[in-house]
Amino acid sequence: MRLNLTVNGRPREADDVWEGESLLYVLRERLGLPGSKNACEQGECGSCTVRLDGVPVCSCLVAAGQAEGREVVTVEGLADLARRRSGGGSPGEAELAPVQQAFIDAGAVQCGFCTPGLLVAADEMLERDPDPSDADIREALSGNLCRCTGYEKIMDAVRLAAARGSEGV
Amino acid sequence: MDFLRPANWEEALAAKAEHPAAVPIAGGTDVMVEINFDHRRPGHLMDLNRIAELGEWEVGEDSVRLGASVPYARIMERLRAELPGLALASHTVASPQIRNRGGVGGNLGTASPAGDAHPALLAAGAEVEAESVRGTRRIPIDAFYTGVKRNALAPDELIRAVHIKKAAGPQQFSKVGTRNAMVIAVCAFGLALHPDTRTVRTGIGSAAPTPVRALAAEEFLTAALEEGGFWDNGKIITPSLAKRFADLCAGACNPIDDVRGTAEYRRHAVGVMARRTLTWTWESYRDARRPTEGAA
Repeated sequence: MRLNLTVNGRPREADDVWEGESLLYVLRERLGLPGSKNACEQGECGSCTVRLDGVPVCSCLVAAGQAEGREVVTVEGLADLARRRSGGGSPGEAELAPVQQAFIDAGAVQCGFCTPGLLVAADEMLERDPDPSDADIREALSGNLCRCTGYEKIMDAVRLAAARGSEGV
Repeated sequence: MDFLRPANWEEALAAKAEHPAAVPIAGGTDVMVEINFDHRRPGHLMDLNRIAELGEWEVGEDSVRLGASVPYARIMERLRAELPGLALASHTVASPQIRNRGGVGGNLGTASPAGDAHPALLAAGAEVEAESVRGTRRIPIDAFYTGVKRNALAPDELIRAVHIKKAAGPQQFSKVGTRNAMVIAVCAFGLALHPDTRTVRTGIGSAAPTPVRALAAEEFLTAALEEGGFWDNGKIITPSLAKRFADLCAGACNPIDDVRGTAEYRRHAVGVMARRTLTWTWESYRDARRPTEGAA
């Protein structure tokens, strides 16, 4: 079947989509967006987290056909999304969203496999709640597993992104 | 595989009548796992996401009519006052990503004994609104679970909504697992006090082939509360009463040994959860009475 959807602000089309395949497969294998990671394929790990009409979901559990006509944001679109949110700059100007820069600065990336999902989940939480408590952060990221570092650097990164956001940096 | 995309409820019913083996998919949190792992290859997958009414709810005088696809995240946020037990249970479902997609209709359709919504529905009292082109019927929640991952739906029926009795008193939900998120219940327990009818209801998850109520425990506690005048005098529940209730709840289990826990552990844990949730709900009931006493 043919699939039409909006990904990171751009209309996209995929052909020969099998009816049983996931949105994650469409993104990675048909649309050339390998940022969302394929790990558990059962919604346990959160590595494939994307936003579907604004809501964070595991893209491995969305049937491709369910995404017809809907809006998807992946990690590849986070910088653009952040720019649109702050109302500044032209597309392609900022390299990274603030939450991405914070992950780098805090050393929250080791192997990097869980990072895209964590970034999408953390970015959405900060959009809703710019000043989260530690408990809020843990709750928002509870569906994302990291098997390298433990979570302290990741917590640091999200706190850093929140602090920079409140300073308007 | 064919992907059916009904635009409204009538189209969905017609499609289900034409293809009774079609698998409905809403949040996808159960169905897609089976497809991803090649455990299931349905001839037809039927997307229910286009049917907006399934994501809506209505708060009536005595009950809430909850659309089959209302996500757990919404129940937690919006229905905490009307459905406190189900809201608590919803909060223990998996992770934010899953709670944004999954809903009670899917939990009922899958009918796993470990589904988190079941103990809360059993304790609150609920009816499943099932519909086909032949008509609509309401299935009492007690009669809905017919076996391991089996339910009372006919092949051409779909779940449209669940009618859940609004809380008239405190409700609690408790679940045993290895961490707070992303955990399938080792066992779970729901308890609802119904001061309006002076009854109590329970729900046990993951400790029998289906979700079950602890009927003997309910009868015992309802009678004991009545005889002791507890509803009126607001006395503390005595330890012996709580222990007897807990023992009867444990006795209502018919668990198995599996990778998540042993049958013996499950029976024990259900007893502990029964005692704790009784204490919590009864304390809430007493607290709620206090301002009136102070004002009198």
